[in-house]
Amino acid sequence: MNFNKKEMDLLAVQIRKNILRAIASKGAGHVGGSLSIADTLAVLYGCVMNIDPKHPDKKDRDYIVISKGHSGPAMYAALAAKGYFGEDVLDTLNKNNTILPSHTDRMKTPGVDMTTGSLGQGTSLASGAALADRLNGSSNYTYLIVGDGELDEGQVWEAALFTAHHHLTNLITFVDANGKQLDGTTDQVCCLGSIEQKFEAFGFHAITVEDGHNTLQIYNAIMEAQQEKEKPSVIVLHTIKGAGIKKYMEMDNCHSTTVKMEELSGFYAELDHQGEMA
Amino acid sequence: MNEVKTGEKELRKVFGDTLKTLMQENKDVVYLEADLAGAIGTSGLIKEYPEQAFDVGIMEANMVGTAAGMSVKGKIPFVHSFGTFASRRCADQTFLSGCYNKANIKIVGSDPGITAETNGGTHMPFEDMGIYRSFPEMTILDVAEPHLLAEILKEMAVSYGVMYVRFPRKGKECYYEETQKFTIGKGVIVKEGTDASIIASGIETAEALRAAEELERDNIHVRVVDMFTVKPLDEALVIKCAEETGAIITAENHNKIGGLGSAVSEVLAENIAVPFKRVGIPDCFGEVGDKKFLAEKFGISQKDIAAAVKEVLKKKK
Repeated sequence: MNFNKKEMDLLAVQIRKNILRAIASKGAGHVGGSLSIADTLAVLYGCVMNIDPKHPDKKDRDYIVISKGHSGPAMYAALAAKGYFGEDVLDTLNKNNTILPSHTDRMKTPGVDMTTGSLGQGTSLASGAALADRLNGSSNYTYLIVGDGELDEGQVWEAALFTAHHHLTNLITFVDANGKQLDGTTDQVCCLGSIEQKFEAFGFHAITVEDGHNTLQIYNAIMEAQQEKEKPSVIVLHTIKGAGIKKYMEMDNCHSTTVKMEELSGFYAELDHQGEMA
Repeated sequence: MNEVKTGEKELRKVFGDTLKTLMQENKDVVYLEADLAGAIGTSGLIKEYPEQAFDVGIMEANMVGTAAGMSVKGKIPFVHSFGTFASRRCADQTFLSGCYNKANIKIVGSDPGITAETNGGTHMPFEDMGIYRSFPEMTILDVAEPHLLAEILKEMAVSYGVMYVRFPRKGKECYYEETQKFTIGKGVIVKEGTDASIIASGIETAEALRAAEELERDNIHVRVVDMFTVKPLDEALVIKCAEETGAIITAENHNKIGGLGSAVSEVLAENIAVPFKRVGIPDCFGEVGDKKFLAEKFGISQKDIAAAVKEVLKKKK
């Protein structure tokens, strides 16, 4: 599908609304990291991935692995927007017997390809999926999303070594570099330095997206990554935790926080305004 | 009674040969190794099958996660490391990327318990089965007989789910005929007897057979069960042994806590109270030494099993 910025921006607005709706239905949840990855999910689900919402299990689909599994609400928001299930299902997030658990679970939710929730593990799962695809002669992609705080986990770097060694160019990694983790900024907790340089040192082709909320920049980065045939690519998205909603962007810690039902209409208006300006 | 003999092939050779056959028969069978191909004897296999066998390097956590990812795409991965690292080092990956993710991984942990010998306490898994026994839906196999290992590996390849098999690389004691069939989850009575039953697994099955032979000389007739599947446990056979022989002794090359003895005691406690004793590692760390020395030091030798039988029989009404 061709890239249309207006369409992608409006899809990002819809995803953010869905995130907030889902979390408001429970009263609280992982707001910050869900909002920061919304634009990337809009581009992936909107015009990049080979998927079919009517046939979530179709064989030649692209996979998406959200290794920062607590951003499940963002994935559910995108899946609902694409019609994998009704938007009313979003109101069951984290409720008894829901198909939308806090962390992504491939056995529970149509459209979820891999189960995650213990940080770092999605990286190896994605590597395995990409290696199996290559062995099977499949041409599809695996898209992996990790958080910057998640880069603290040693397994991320084990998987990075492995991915580079095996030239898994069919695996495209995104780092949602919003600069914050649960206990503070990434600089305060355990300074990461240059994420791009670290991945380059591990044998990756690193692409910086200066504005991780600009859908055109995100799309262009994915196209560049797909052209790279020697090294696996990492796209470092410089994002803002809680992006799209002023209240959360200004909050010191919006990793897991409240969304009140009575706040929703104001948040929706804020997002609609952004959609109109897009 | 099944007689214990010394076979021709070490278990690692059985492992490599069987894996090769499985890979030849099914392109989806793959093998991931964490830099111990030289130790387990699979270096040739990795060279010969570059599209199916991979040395991933010293990264057990990534190996298990990668295997899980491959299995979601239809591959049937066998992964190997020493038992310590194939359990402790990647427990969370086995739990989440493996079991919880409903993946299909065959985890091979070599040199369980005292069979790590001169690698010592750091490499001596007395706790691997205990860790994995609490993981939902996981299958745990404790094997030390060549024909049994070959047959179990074949069955693992066609059974979906996360499975852990432990065996000593260098073991070559055999006590099965080539015609013997096995089913995961079903124990095998390898010697009949009426006075008590020794339920054993891994290297302790041969040790139990020798103990049983020794006891025959004292006119004590014990049944010996090879309970190579520690989970799911053959509960029906445990209860049958308790009913028919009235006393149970377990023997395992593992901490007394969390392994075969614990599993059997749970079944007995809930179903049928009979005199019972566990032979196993007495909740301590391993150390360097040869197998015979370590078996005696940690109380899991033939003599310890025979003594345990006699002690239990005193409590039998």
